[in-house]
Amino acid sequence: MDLYEYQAKDLFAAHGVPVLPGSVAHTPGEARAIAARLDQTVVVKAQVKTGGRGKAGGVKLAKTAEDAEAKAGAILGLDIKGHVTRKVLVTPASDIDEEYYVSFLLDRANRTFLAMASAEGGMEIEQLAVERPEALAKIPVDAIAGVDAAKAREIVAAGTFPAQVADQVVDVLVKLWRTFVEEDATLVEVNPLVRDPQGRVIALDGKVTLDDNASFRHPGHAELVDSEAEDPLEAKAKAKDLNYVKLDGQVGIIGNGAGLVMSTLDVVAYAGERWGGVKPANFLDIGGGASAEVMANGLEIILSDPDVRSVFVNVFGGITACDEVAKGIVRALEILGDEARKPLVVRLDGNNVDEGRRILAEANHQLVNVVDTMDNAADKAAELATTDLLAGSSNSTTSGA
Amino acid sequence: MAIFLTEQSRVIVQGMTGSEGMKHTKRMLASGTAIVGGVNPRKAGEKVEIDGVSVPVFGTVAEAMTATGADVSVVFVPPAFAKAAVIEAIDAGIGLLVVITEGIPVHDTAAFWAHAVATGNKTRIIGPNCPGVISPGKSNAGIIPADICGPGRIGLVSKSGTLTYQMMYELREFGFSSAVGIGGDPVIGTTHIDALRAFQDDPETAAIVMIGEIGGDAEERAAAYIRDHVTKPVVGYVAGFTAPEGKTMGHAGAIVSGSAGTAAAKQEALEAAGVKVGRTPSEAAGLMREIMASVG
Repeated sequence: MDLYEYQAKDLFAAHGVPVLPGSVAHTPGEARAIAARLDQTVVVKAQVKTGGRGKAGGVKLAKTAEDAEAKAGAILGLDIKGHVTRKVLVTPASDIDEEYYVSFLLDRANRTFLAMASAEGGMEIEQLAVERPEALAKIPVDAIAGVDAAKAREIVAAGTFPAQVADQVVDVLVKLWRTFVEEDATLVEVNPLVRDPQGRVIALDGKVTLDDNASFRHPGHAELVDSEAEDPLEAKAKAKDLNYVKLDGQVGIIGNGAGLVMSTLDVVAYAGERWGGVKPANFLDIGGGASAEVMANGLEIILSDPDVRSVFVNVFGGITACDEVAKGIVRALEILGDEARKPLVVRLDGNNVDEGRRILAEANHQLVNVVDTMDNAADKAAELATTDLLAGSSNSTTSGA
Repeated sequence: MAIFLTEQSRVIVQGMTGSEGMKHTKRMLASGTAIVGGVNPRKAGEKVEIDGVSVPVFGTVAEAMTATGADVSVVFVPPAFAKAAVIEAIDAGIGLLVVITEGIPVHDTAAFWAHAVATGNKTRIIGPNCPGVISPGKSNAGIIPADICGPGRIGLVSKSGTLTYQMMYELREFGFSSAVGIGGDPVIGTTHIDALRAFQDDPETAAIVMIGEIGGDAEERAAAYIRDHVTKPVVGYVAGFTAPEGKTMGHAGAIVSGSAGTAAAKQEALEAAGVKVGRTPSEAAGLMREIMASVG
């Protein structure tokens, strides 16, 4: 899970990394109140989980509380690279003498952690890495030894930080590492880390990614989830413990196992090329050993997606039993009754496949098409999505769908 | 031969007495695996009857190894306790450790990997979040169904469990020397390269299927390895061309970050290394069928 800047800075502050005070506003009025309380020139910053906010007009200076209200009004609702701004951070404006960069992240390739540091912060780090790679130090960090003051000094030296701030940056690095480990993060980044005219080193902006696998030992992290920005179908799936990602196509997909489901999306997209550009509508992995109930829950979510025109159920039963999948399909169709109008293409292979196919044959539901191979089933699902699109287009002139 | 796992392998199960552990121990036994013990400190000294076989439970991995001569352990321990279980097995000096558990925090995996490296890399770790390894007709350490196909001359390495099953099914007429599911987490023990090296050295393996997916650059590095070191024919398949940027697709490691980790880049790297890459699993299987026809 990626965090907003204000959430990242809250975590930094909790671990002693120096940040400026500030609060989040959802309305221009709230922004005004925060600015009045801070009683100084403030920066109003769009809270969106993407970079390039400044260029998009999402970061503005405000000299007065009235000005902060006006600036917040301009920024709230702003679309920044597809992310709609729903809140702003109001924080004191800081004079900056120098900008630096520090981060800790997971290094997948080397199966360890990495510190990155540069005395040239401020710009996008990807840009710095390309334009002046020699200015960006990369230092491996052993997962067991971690970062103590000595290791932090090594990072500061490699990043060629000025002597004047070395001790402060060492302190920041040790505390930032603690944030990284104690919060189970896969990324903590400060860009920029600044020196102000008084010589203080402050984390002016922050980025944190938390490991979802570690949520069992961080009950507090649940509060960091922004439910209002979540896709409603994704939220509904999550509540039922389903692994679902909404996409922008028309063929609903259900399968077992992340690899097979990703593969199914691709195969449907290829088949869709022959049917006017039909695409997969979602990713949904019911996992290994799924019961009929899990299957029925998944199908209900997919069928409730208004974008879905046809559904492709693709299961290779390893642990998952095909008869359970078939029962789940039959049960979901029973529950939905007349509300179920979208055609289903089902491909089953593997564990208990004969019983699974027998159950579907016996149910003999008019919406269910059993197809024997993955490629043929994808083609059928794409075709059915097109047919329904054409049929639907004649009477959807008023719905705008 | 076969890689990593043979008919001589003696297998113990950490977390055998849990529900997943019991289910799969039963399946492993049914497929002919020499399961010689389980590990659970709270049930040490007990015996578990599984389909007429009496399996002893030991308090520690070290005790189980001493008593049974086990050289392989399969881990079904829940995520919160997996790190301790893996470190215990490494310290006991087990040769092969198959970590099935899904959902282990990556800081824990990085820690046990660092521990393995610091203690001299004596244990081969497969996983976590993987289906394990099967050498059909010989032994099965993990959750790969043993009834999909029999022994043969194709080697398979994959990040994905179900795509492993799918590919074994597609190529069931040929059979496999070994199939290795290396797992879908961002940090894993055995890599594509480790498995490719082992298959290259295995006289029973005639050709190799390599399955990858979005995230990281393991496939690109495997492609470079194939170009320089693998003389046996390799067929590739990569999943996730339609995955959107920044979204985790089921596997914790399956994520395109910015322009990094895309399926297109992986396919391109593999093809540049002379690997034939199928657009779909069945197309990849078709490419392998042609190769097997000429290998004989």
